[in-house]
Amino acid sequence: MNYLNNTDLSTVKVLNKSEFPSKSKAKDKVINSVEELIKGLDLKDNAVVSFHHHLRNGDSVLNTIMKEIQSKGIKGITLVASSLFPVHAEIIPLLKDGTIENIVTSYISGDLAKAISYGELKGKIIMQTHGGRARSILDEDIVIDVAFIASPSSDKFGNISGVNGHNSCGTLGYAIADSIKAKTVISVTDALVEYPNYPADITEDYVDQVLVIDSIGRKEGIVSGTTRVTKDPIGLKIAKDTLKVMEATGLLKDGLSFQSGAGGISLAVTDYLRDYMIENNIKGSFASGGITGYLTGMLEEGLFSSLFDVQCFDLEAIESLKRNPNHIRMSGSQYGNPRVSSVVDNLDIVILGATEIDVDFNVNVTSGADGVLMGGSGGHADTAAGSKVSIIVSKLFSSRIPLIKDRVDVITTPGTTVDVLVTERGICVNPLRTDLIESFKKANLNIIDIKDLKEYAENIMGKAKPIEKTGRIIGLSEYRDGSIIDYIYEVKK
Amino acid sequence: MVTKVEIKKMATAGSVESNDILIMISKGEGNIHIELESVVEKQFGEDIKKVIHDTLIEEGVNDVKVIAKDKGALDFTIKARVKACIKRGVES
Repeated sequence: MNYLNNTDLSTVKVLNKSEFPSKSKAKDKVINSVEELIKGLDLKDNAVVSFHHHLRNGDSVLNTIMKEIQSKGIKGITLVASSLFPVHAEIIPLLKDGTIENIVTSYISGDLAKAISYGELKGKIIMQTHGGRARSILDEDIVIDVAFIASPSSDKFGNISGVNGHNSCGTLGYAIADSIKAKTVISVTDALVEYPNYPADITEDYVDQVLVIDSIGRKEGIVSGTTRVTKDPIGLKIAKDTLKVMEATGLLKDGLSFQSGAGGISLAVTDYLRDYMIENNIKGSFASGGITGYLTGMLEEGLFSSLFDVQCFDLEAIESLKRNPNHIRMSGSQYGNPRVSSVVDNLDIVILGATEIDVDFNVNVTSGADGVLMGGSGGHADTAAGSKVSIIVSKLFSSRIPLIKDRVDVITTPGTTVDVLVTERGICVNPLRTDLIESFKKANLNIIDIKDLKEYAENIMGKAKPIEKTGRIIGLSEYRDGSIIDYIYEVKK
Repeated sequence: MVTKVEIKKMATAGSVESNDILIMISKGEGNIHIELESVVEKQFGEDIKKVIHDTLIEEGVNDVKVIAKDKGALDFTIKARVKACIKRGVES
């Protein structure tokens, strides 16, 4: 109620003494049965429900909730899940019976992804980026009716912490936009702890109900014990060359900001970077993204002054988040929302992978060599766009799967934001980056035209037969700002 | 003219590691019969079968049953594995 526009305040009604409020009571939010919860939510057909993926392949919350929705006979659901993993294959029957009609996600793998590629989803699949997901929710492009937030720990008023509880997973960065914007927010937990639960990733003022169930997931699927550098000599050669590329950019100096994935080659790059920074006495600014033990080690050694963590990849990252104040929680929006100021825009260098890259430097990490969905942008397109230099590291020869194509199957990240490709057989630079080409030449790096590298690979590997598609468009590859950069097609079985 | 080589016993060569191929051969039923399972079957299935077939012919083998499990081997790897397998299959 806003009375500021009332010109005559004498018309405003003032409470009578008999109407004065009594003392407020703590809300009763706890509910112990999934069935009761779903019944009480009174979901309608075509409702929009959301989940986060911090429990990754150990998550059981999504399956539990969606099966309960199915049993209530609700149809046409739009499932907004930040990522979907092999464990979610259990919901394939819900595509067939029409419980789930549309899926919006940033990453999808396993049999569920296959089923969708083979045309079993009645509606559409929209593949977003991590930053784009947060943007679309905060901008209300997507309006969530109910957000079910898997909570490693929660108190009975809904203070949710990702670092407490036996199924701890670290930060809950991808669930923040959902908790702010969803019409109803449910904390789903298997560890109801004493009030107040802290440090809370999501606080009680955003949470409507707390569902307590036996288990939110399996620990072994949530985090890997430790992530490890590759031992493969080809991978190590690529990592070594990548360090040379990074050095030639002139960005390896005090104030460096850096991100890399948790893949074997990316971790090897991080490890070489560590040695380089120690040797040359470089003090970096921040590292960001999914955080591993390698980065928390570098934080403790003073090589970076802070870490921005949207997701903990291993146990070491969770431990570090608990004890180190410079290890900072970051939401999906703060990470990569293109409409606001976000961390990716201050990145110097990002190291990324690729399933395929084409002669225009477009990258596909959404579908596999057979055209079937098996991934998604995650933060790929966000960091490529924001960083000063984006570097793709990949083997040119890996199980006879062609890396370089005339046109990638699905564009995940536009080539206009991809700067360098490092393979074991040569380094390619995007022709748009004349500045990099010049500095790499000065550094005597062996640069090869991406078209020549493609031809070289095809001479040894042969030319792959094109993937057979039905011609039916089943979904869209959505760029971070909401524009569409490619279609996703059904694949012939 | 290549001398005819007869496969006398079952033999294997290679592995199911990435970038390798496992070749298993046994006595044929009067012809060359190849069963292929490959991670890149859709893209390269026919090419791989052709390399196996041509290598068998080059080595003088035309009565054999081949089971191949491919993990994305390149042509020279496939050739080497088939040749090694034949050597093992003719020894008695």
